[in-house]
Amino acid sequence: MAMIIFITHDGREHVVEVAPGWSLMEGAVKNRVQGIDADCGGACACATCHVYVDPMWLPALPPKSDIEEAMLDFALVTAPNSRLSCQIRVTSDLDGLIVRIPVSQH
Amino acid sequence: MSRKLIIVGAGQAAAQAVQSLRTEGFDGPITLIGEEGYGPYQRPPLSKAYLLGTFERERLFLKSDAFYREADCELLLNARVTAIHRAEKTAELADGRRLGYDTLLLATGTRVRRLTCPGADLPGMHYLRDIADVDGLRTVFAAGKRIAIVGGGFIGLEVAAVAVKRGLDVSVFEAMDRLMARSVSQLVSDFIAAEHAKAGVKLILRTCVEAVEGDGKVERLRAGGKTHDADIVLVGIGVLPNDELATHAGLASQDGIVVDQHGRTRDPAIFAAGDCTRHVGREGSAIRLECVQNAIDQAKHCALAIAGKPKPYSEVPWFWSDQYDLKLQIAGIARPSDRMVLRGDPAARKFSVFHLRDGVIAAVEAVNAAPDYMLGRKWIAEAQRIEPDRLADSTIPIKQIA
Repeated sequence: MAMIIFITHDGREHVVEVAPGWSLMEGAVKNRVQGIDADCGGACACATCHVYVDPMWLPALPPKSDIEEAMLDFALVTAPNSRLSCQIRVTSDLDGLIVRIPVSQH
Repeated sequence: MSRKLIIVGAGQAAAQAVQSLRTEGFDGPITLIGEEGYGPYQRPPLSKAYLLGTFERERLFLKSDAFYREADCELLLNARVTAIHRAEKTAELADGRRLGYDTLLLATGTRVRRLTCPGADLPGMHYLRDIADVDGLRTVFAAGKRIAIVGGGFIGLEVAAVAVKRGLDVSVFEAMDRLMARSVSQLVSDFIAAEHAKAGVKLILRTCVEAVEGDGKVERLRAGGKTHDADIVLVGIGVLPNDELATHAGLASQDGIVVDQHGRTRDPAIFAAGDCTRHVGREGSAIRLECVQNAIDQAKHCALAIAGKPKPYSEVPWFWSDQYDLKLQIAGIARPSDRMVLRGDPAARKFSVFHLRDGVIAAVEAVNAAPDYMLGRKWIAEAQRIEPDRLADSTIPIKQIA
């Protein structure tokens, strides 16, 4: 299990345990962290699971695939630390990861 | 606003409705009634990663149990609504109980169309709609087995791709002259057909299955006058809307429960959302959509109306299919009379087909071309006019075209 810290747009911190192999998106949705819609359920088809990864953690993440890059282009208010949370597999190396959730996905 | 709401059906639309109702401030008790033993779960992975075995069942569920508890939503599972009594505003369950409602949401979805030829009820016939179907299919889904897939649509082809990966011998029988004829253009059909053929799938087009034969179980198919040996038959020939509750209650259905732009039926207390509905789409004609997008968006609009904040539904429909390493993404509804513009090169396994109607983008089909799909979706929503020659010129980056 990895401990992931989701911070919603209102500044609330949600510390949740996510099983290795699950996506960050699944960890958030299954633990009722609000603000990640994930309409397509993780198929990288909707760009509604956008998060901002704490810059300190960026080097620990696998790079974006072409499709994630392309879909992110269409998420709202992106930044260099934007990722689609359905595309990030949780591993024990990500224990303590901090991600922030935007105000809206649509 | 403490009204009692019943949701009949426990799929994607039902889960979204619970979430959106609470977000929009509806504060009455909610009862969600489902026939399966599970709360709402995602169906798209069933024919893909769940069948392959790389996605555990637990991950299919759209919400945690705690979500429903916190939302004050009672889940009535393994329960079937047999009738709606509109005059007394009750839903009758199979066990005879009658539950009162102020507002009712029908999210009953669809059921599979069944094969009706001789032998269609032999053991060894499989359909793919719910978790139990896939669990059943997985028990026989072993390398070396011969699987005959009836129907070359999304379900059949996604299963074909998984079956190849698992080492099965795969044949696909399709009555039409091309694959996914209802959903994609000829160009995309041909491309996908070539990919399946390359992977070793035998495609038998323009061929109806005439009979299933075998001694106490499936052993072969008769199709196009020939016999084809098979250990497993998987049928994916479309779905039918579960509209009987509505029609028996006197509500209109035309291959789909008729609803307005707020998901409301003719009875102001009864709404419907998702695959079971027919609505007048953004293009002005009545349509029944079978997709996650429509289930989510229609449920959101029902919730808005129920919460007293009505907003007409006019979102662009979108669909996707994953086969092998191909991601097919579609937005909008194409018509045969649209002008098609190819962007990119199918040989490079990365291209898109745009559909223009009177010069305006009406639909896009993208294969491994997510930017084209996402921008296309935006253009459709904005009724963007695009110069076809520029669109076809892949030396111009897609973002600089409009």
